[in-house]
Amino acid sequence: MNDRRFNVLLSFAALVIVFIFAGFLFTLVVQSLPAAKQEGAAFLYGSEWNPVTTRFGALPFIIGTLMTSAIALVIAIPLSLSAGIVMGEYVNSGWIRSVLNTLINVLASIPSVVFGLWGIEVVIPLVRKLALLVGAPPYGAGILSASLVLAIMIIPYMSSMTREALVNVPAGLREGAFALGLTKQEVVTGIALPFAKKSIFAGILLSLGRALGETMAVTMLIGNATRIPKSLFSLGNTLASVIASQFNEAASEVHRSAMMGLALILLVITMIAGWFGRTLMSKGMGAYGK
Amino acid sequence: MKRNAVSKSLVLLALFAVGLTSALGAQTLLGSGATFPAPAYTKMFDEYYKLTGVRVNYQGIGSSGGLKNVQDRVVDFGGTDSFIKDGDFSKYPGAVVHIPTVIGAIVVTYNLPGNPKLRFTSDVVANIYLGKITRWNDKAIADLNPNVKLPSLAIMPVYRSDGSGTTFNFTAYLSAVSAEWKSKVGNANSVSWPVGQGAAQNAGVAGVVKQTQGTIGYVELAYANQNSMPVATIKNSSGNWIDPSLASTSAAAAGAFPADTRIVLVNPDAREGYPISSLTWLVVYREQNYGNRSREQAEQLAKLLWWMIHDGQQYVTALDYATLPPPAVKAAEAIVKSITYNGQALVK
Repeated sequence: MNDRRFNVLLSFAALVIVFIFAGFLFTLVVQSLPAAKQEGAAFLYGSEWNPVTTRFGALPFIIGTLMTSAIALVIAIPLSLSAGIVMGEYVNSGWIRSVLNTLINVLASIPSVVFGLWGIEVVIPLVRKLALLVGAPPYGAGILSASLVLAIMIIPYMSSMTREALVNVPAGLREGAFALGLTKQEVVTGIALPFAKKSIFAGILLSLGRALGETMAVTMLIGNATRIPKSLFSLGNTLASVIASQFNEAASEVHRSAMMGLALILLVITMIAGWFGRTLMSKGMGAYGK
Repeated sequence: MKRNAVSKSLVLLALFAVGLTSALGAQTLLGSGATFPAPAYTKMFDEYYKLTGVRVNYQGIGSSGGLKNVQDRVVDFGGTDSFIKDGDFSKYPGAVVHIPTVIGAIVVTYNLPGNPKLRFTSDVVANIYLGKITRWNDKAIADLNPNVKLPSLAIMPVYRSDGSGTTFNFTAYLSAVSAEWKSKVGNANSVSWPVGQGAAQNAGVAGVVKQTQGTIGYVELAYANQNSMPVATIKNSSGNWIDPSLASTSAAAAGAFPADTRIVLVNPDAREGYPISSLTWLVVYREQNYGNRSREQAEQLAKLLWWMIHDGQQYVTALDYATLPPPAVKAAEAIVKSITYNGQALVK
């Protein structure tokens, strides 16, 4: 195979991806038009979602999605960074490291429906006890349960990205730092982490993307109420969970179309999150050492 | 040589495909739709296969999906828990008919300390789901259950998060008995619930109710029985207290039955009928010669339908479905007889 042919083949394969994405976007936009026409901008900020009167406002689900993902990140970031640092910096060899690695990989490969089941059996009863303690309605299911399980689901991604980032810090840098008399802690916080922060941040974004779109486990745990969640113990719905719940039996055309609109919103939110992250990375968190 | 082998295997493959499709055409019927009667259908179709050698493949994809498949004419029959409304018939390329198959009961179940047997009126059920009765020791509940010591617990209503025929019939019941429910919430596969928590499928609702004290939920009778959950006795429109059972569910349909079998069974006049009962139907085209259907296939379908409303009924009670009472069978018979191929009746 000569060079030119190889090039054509590669370009074609790359174009296919572009076409798939364009076709995907096109379908979502076209199919969500009936709902968009009926609701106008209120589709984005309306808080009533009523299949009976066919009023469709996505705000409760947008808030539910952002809330669960944000809380999951807040919980997962400190845990994952610590785990990543331990694996990347402190446990350098031997069986402990391989056990930790294996555990993280296993955690990452557990299907989300299993997380959902585990959440129902373990997390929901715990959250219910907590709710009773603070005097909130003891549903158990809700924003907090969904966020907790989401956090556990994204920890493997975040922590292994952190570990990889730290392992890839050039050995010369560390050796130089140690030669200058820095302590281990100073090397980690002053040299390795600043060097690796871009990759670590990329790991956080990847995890955020997963949290925003996670469907099965969240649907099983969030309580599926089409109201704007007001507290950690509120029941709610995310964009993904309401699509999973209602799409099969969406009886009217406009209901179906509104589902497509939700999918489009989810896609846009995910894209904005990615774009925001990349901008932050290139601007605010410049080169190593700043 | 190599090419020859390839073309040979292609021909074999094509022959195999032809053989497969003709086998499908002659001996297999395809249906899809409501999940609620799916266990009953699976059992019936299994028995039917043993009896006749005709395979019936039914996919429980939900009522809306089943009806859509009928509209697109990709199945022999669709299953639905809510009959086609007058205004929606125009979506179908031909005249369609409804054949009732089994009757289900939706029970109100709950989780309280000691799980006492409770009695509810329709008003109480509606007001709980409207969020107007919020505690278990509310006077409205206590007055109906003078012998039960009710705890001072918050009531946590649970509903189906997925669109479902169960929700359709439960909200049809609430709409029939409460004007406030009808105007505020209404009746559909999924509604905007004023209060409460959603859980997926019958099993999900049963699971949440079993797990959480203070909850109240609605599930199919079969789920409550299989999970040995307490079920409420409900006052029907004749003023009688009715326990949900197969007999009282069947009795709900024992009153006057319309010729097209499209009847909402909730809140029936039947004196001994359980008030939250629901019919489920199969939907087929009245004229079966469409697409490239053979007369043989149409006959198979008509025979199957006839069998389901007669001999097939004996298999459903073991699965907690109620059988069709005589007036319903009579109406269904007339409908199956009206199914034609080129204008000729298939069952006489």
